[in-house]
Amino acid sequence: MSSLTLSRYASRWSSGLRGLLLQRLFQAGLVAWMVGTLTFVLTRTLPGDMAYRIAAGRYGHDMVDSAAAEAVRAELALDQPALTAYLGWLWDLLQFDLGRSLVSGQPVIHELWHQLGHSLSLAVMAVLLSLLLGPPLGLLAGRKPAGLLDRGSEVAASVLRALPPFVVGLLLILLFSVALGWLPAAGHGRFSHNVLPALTLALALAAVSSRVARNAMAEVSESAYFAFSHTKGLGARLSFLRHGLRNAALPVVAYLGVQFVYLIEGVVVVETLFAWPGIGHALVHAIVARDVPMIQGTALVMGLMFVALNTAVDLICHWLDPRRREA
Amino acid sequence: MFAPRSIGFGLLLGLLPLTASADDRSLDVVAPWEITGLDPSTSGYVFARMGIAETLVDTDEDGQPSAGLATAWQVDDDGLTWHFTLRDDVTFHDGSPLDAAGAAESLDHAWRKPGMLDSAPIVAIEAEDNEVVIRLDEAFAPLPALLAHSTTLILAPSAYDDDGAVQELIATGPYRLASVAPPQRLTAERFDDYWGEAAAIGQTSYLAVGRGETRALMAESRDADIVFTLDPASRARLSRNDRLSLHAEPLPRTIVLKVNAGHPFLDDQRARQALSLAVDRNGIASGLLRHPESAAAELFPDALGPWHLGLDASEAQDLERARELLAELDWEANGDGILERDGEPFRLTLRTFSDRPELPLVATALQDQWRELGVELEVAVGNASGIPSGHQDGSLELGLAARNYGLVPDPLGTLLDDFGSDPDNMGGDWGAMGWSDADVAGWLATLRHDTDPEVRSELAGRIATRLNESMPVIPVAWYQQTAAVGTHLEGFSIDPLERSYRLEELRWAE
Repeated sequence: MSSLTLSRYASRWSSGLRGLLLQRLFQAGLVAWMVGTLTFVLTRTLPGDMAYRIAAGRYGHDMVDSAAAEAVRAELALDQPALTAYLGWLWDLLQFDLGRSLVSGQPVIHELWHQLGHSLSLAVMAVLLSLLLGPPLGLLAGRKPAGLLDRGSEVAASVLRALPPFVVGLLLILLFSVALGWLPAAGHGRFSHNVLPALTLALALAAVSSRVARNAMAEVSESAYFAFSHTKGLGARLSFLRHGLRNAALPVVAYLGVQFVYLIEGVVVVETLFAWPGIGHALVHAIVARDVPMIQGTALVMGLMFVALNTAVDLICHWLDPRRREA
Repeated sequence: MFAPRSIGFGLLLGLLPLTASADDRSLDVVAPWEITGLDPSTSGYVFARMGIAETLVDTDEDGQPSAGLATAWQVDDDGLTWHFTLRDDVTFHDGSPLDAAGAAESLDHAWRKPGMLDSAPIVAIEAEDNEVVIRLDEAFAPLPALLAHSTTLILAPSAYDDDGAVQELIATGPYRLASVAPPQRLTAERFDDYWGEAAAIGQTSYLAVGRGETRALMAESRDADIVFTLDPASRARLSRNDRLSLHAEPLPRTIVLKVNAGHPFLDDQRARQALSLAVDRNGIASGLLRHPESAAAELFPDALGPWHLGLDASEAQDLERARELLAELDWEANGDGILERDGEPFRLTLRTFSDRPELPLVATALQDQWRELGVELEVAVGNASGIPSGHQDGSLELGLAARNYGLVPDPLGTLLDDFGSDPDNMGGDWGAMGWSDADVAGWLATLRHDTDPEVRSELAGRIATRLNESMPVIPVAWYQQTAAVGTHLEGFSIDPLERSYRLEELRWAE
C-alpha cells in the first residue's frame, strides 16, 4: 500500500467518523432537551398535590399533614408558574447543573454518580454474560441449521425472551438462592450479589443475540465465499475464523445496539427486584416521591447512555466492516 | 466452549466470602424502609431501630415513657420548664462523653428541623449542670413522649457541621455505625463502651428491600436473619418453613374512616354508628388483611395502654341495629333496596389512595357491606393529598386512610392534631371534620398540661370511650407488624411502637 492511498484511506476514515460523531452529539443534545421537557410536563400533569408527595418522600407517610405540605411548598417554591420553573431548569441544564433532589437535598449529579456506577457495573456484566452465552451458542446452532441444537436453542430463546425480566429473576432466585443456596437472593456489596441480577438481564439478551448469530452464521455458511474457502482447501476451523466469524459478528453487534433499549428498561425492573441501588431503582422512587429534578436527571442520563452506547456500536461496526469506511 | 466454565468460575468467586467463620457472622436485617441520609429528621428511625442512636426518653414493656439517656425528668409547678437529668458515664461512639451542653445542642438542631418537636410550644433548649432544660411558652405535658421520637436522637456535637447538617453519625447506642450507603444499606458493629449491657451479637447490617416477594425469598434462602413486613401470600408459604419462625404484633396504626360530620346524611351520630355497625371487621381482617387479630372495634390498640378499651370486634357488627338507627332518622328502603329520605338516596363518595395497597381493597369491601344496609358507596381512588385537601375545602364526604397514633408513646400529640382542644374549631386533616364535642376538647386541653398519671389515665379512657360513641372517625382495622426470623436466632420480639428492633437482646442459638 503506497503512502498516498494510506493517507486517502485515513482521511476517509476520519471524515466518515467525524460526521458520525457530530450527528451523535447533535442527537445527544436533542435527547437531553426532549427527555427533560417531557419528564417536566409529565410530572406536572400527574394527579395529586406534589407538596404532599414530596413531604411523604422526605418524612414518611405517617408524618404528612397540610402543615408539612405547606412547609415543603414554601421551601421549594412549588407555587411558581410552571413556565418559570421550566425555564429555570433549562437555564441550569445549559450550565450542566441538574439541581438538587427535593427529597434528600443532595445535588442530583452526586446521587446519579453513585447510582450510575452500580447500574453500569450490572449492565456491563449482563452484556458480557450475554455475549458469553448467546453468540457462541448461535454460531454453533447456525453451522447445522435445523439440527437438534438449533431447534432446542430456538425454543429456549423464545421462552426466555417472552418471559418478563421480573419472572426470570424470581425463577433464578428460587433456583439458585432458595433451592440450591448457592447465591444471595438480593442485596449488594459482594461480587456474588451481581450474579443473579446480571444473569436475569443476560438471559433475555442472549436469547436474542443467539438467534441473530445463528441466522448470520447460517447465511454465511450458505454463501459463495464460505463455500470457496472450503474449495481453496481451508479446514472447517480456519474457514470459520477467517471468513465466518467477522461476517457473522456484524449483525450481532449491530443488533446489540437495539437490545440496549431492553437493557435500560430491564434495569428498572431488575434493580427493584434485587434491591440494587442503581439508576432504575432511583427512577422508580423519584417518580413515587415526585422528585422532579431526580426524575429529569435519571431520565436524562438514561437517554444519554442510550446515545453513547449506540455510538459505541456504530464505532465497532465501522471498524468491523470495511465497506462502511469506503462508502 | 468456554462459556459454562467462565460462569462456573464466576459462581465460585461469588461463593468465596460466604466461608467466613461463625464468630464474625453478621446479623442481617431486611425491611422495606429506605435510608434517606444521616439526618435524624429524615432517617432517624433506621438508626434508632438498629440500636445505633438513642433518645433521652425510652419506652418500657407497656409502651410507657421510661428512662433513656435521661434517667429522670420533672416539670416546674408552672408547667413551663422541664428538667431532664442525664445518665452518667455515657460515651459517644467517638469516645467523647455525653454532657448536658452536647445533648441540648443536639435537641436544638432537631427542634430547628421538621420533626416531632414542632408540635411542642418550645421557647428554648438549654443546659444547666447535668440537666437539659426545655422552656415552653405554655404547659405541654406530653413533652417527654415527644423526646422518645427518632427525630430527637442525641448525636455528639462533632456530628454536625456549621449549618447543623449531620456529617457523621456519632451517637451512643449499643451498636456503632460502620458503613452506610444510602438509600439501601448500612452495617454496624458492637460498641464496647456502651453504658448498658453489651450486645451479644457483634456485627449487624440493614438492607432496604422494596419488594415484598424479594424480602420473603431472602428469608427463605437465609440471606437475611430477620425480615420485616411480609405480604399475605408469602406469609402462608413461610409459615410452612421449619427453619423460620413468624411473628406478628398489632401496631397503633389504624385504618380509619374519616367522616364529614357536617354532611346532612352524617351529622347525627346515630348515622355514623349505623355505618360502623354495618362493617364486618372480622371479614376484612381475615379475608383481606389475612390477620384475624387486625379487626379494630376501637381506634387504639393494646400498645397504647390506657387509651385501649378492650372492645370485641365481633360485637361491633350488628346489621339489624344499624337498620333500626337509620329508620329512626327517617331513612326508608326504596324499590332497589337503597335507602331514601325526602326522595334523596343515601349515596356517598369515599376517597382513598393506593400508596397503602390494602386501602382500596378495604374500601371496596365497605362498598359491598354497606350495600346490605342500603347505602350506596362510590369509591374514588386518588392521591393521599385528596383527603386533607377535601377536608380544607369541605368537599370530602368520607375518607379511608391509615393513621399512626403511636408515633410517640403518648397519642396526645396526634389527637390534638386530629380532634383539637378548641371547642369552636375542632378537627384536623386526618381526624374529625365538621364535628365538635366540648367535653373532648376540654379533656384534651387538660391532658395538655396535667402531668398527674392517674388523671391522664382516666381522661385517656374517657376520650377513647367518647370517640367510640360519637364516631367522628370510624376504626376498621389495625396494621400488623410481621417478621420472619431464622430459628438460629433467640430472643426476638417486635416492639409495637416500632422504635427498636431490640437487636441487643438477640443471640445466636447454640
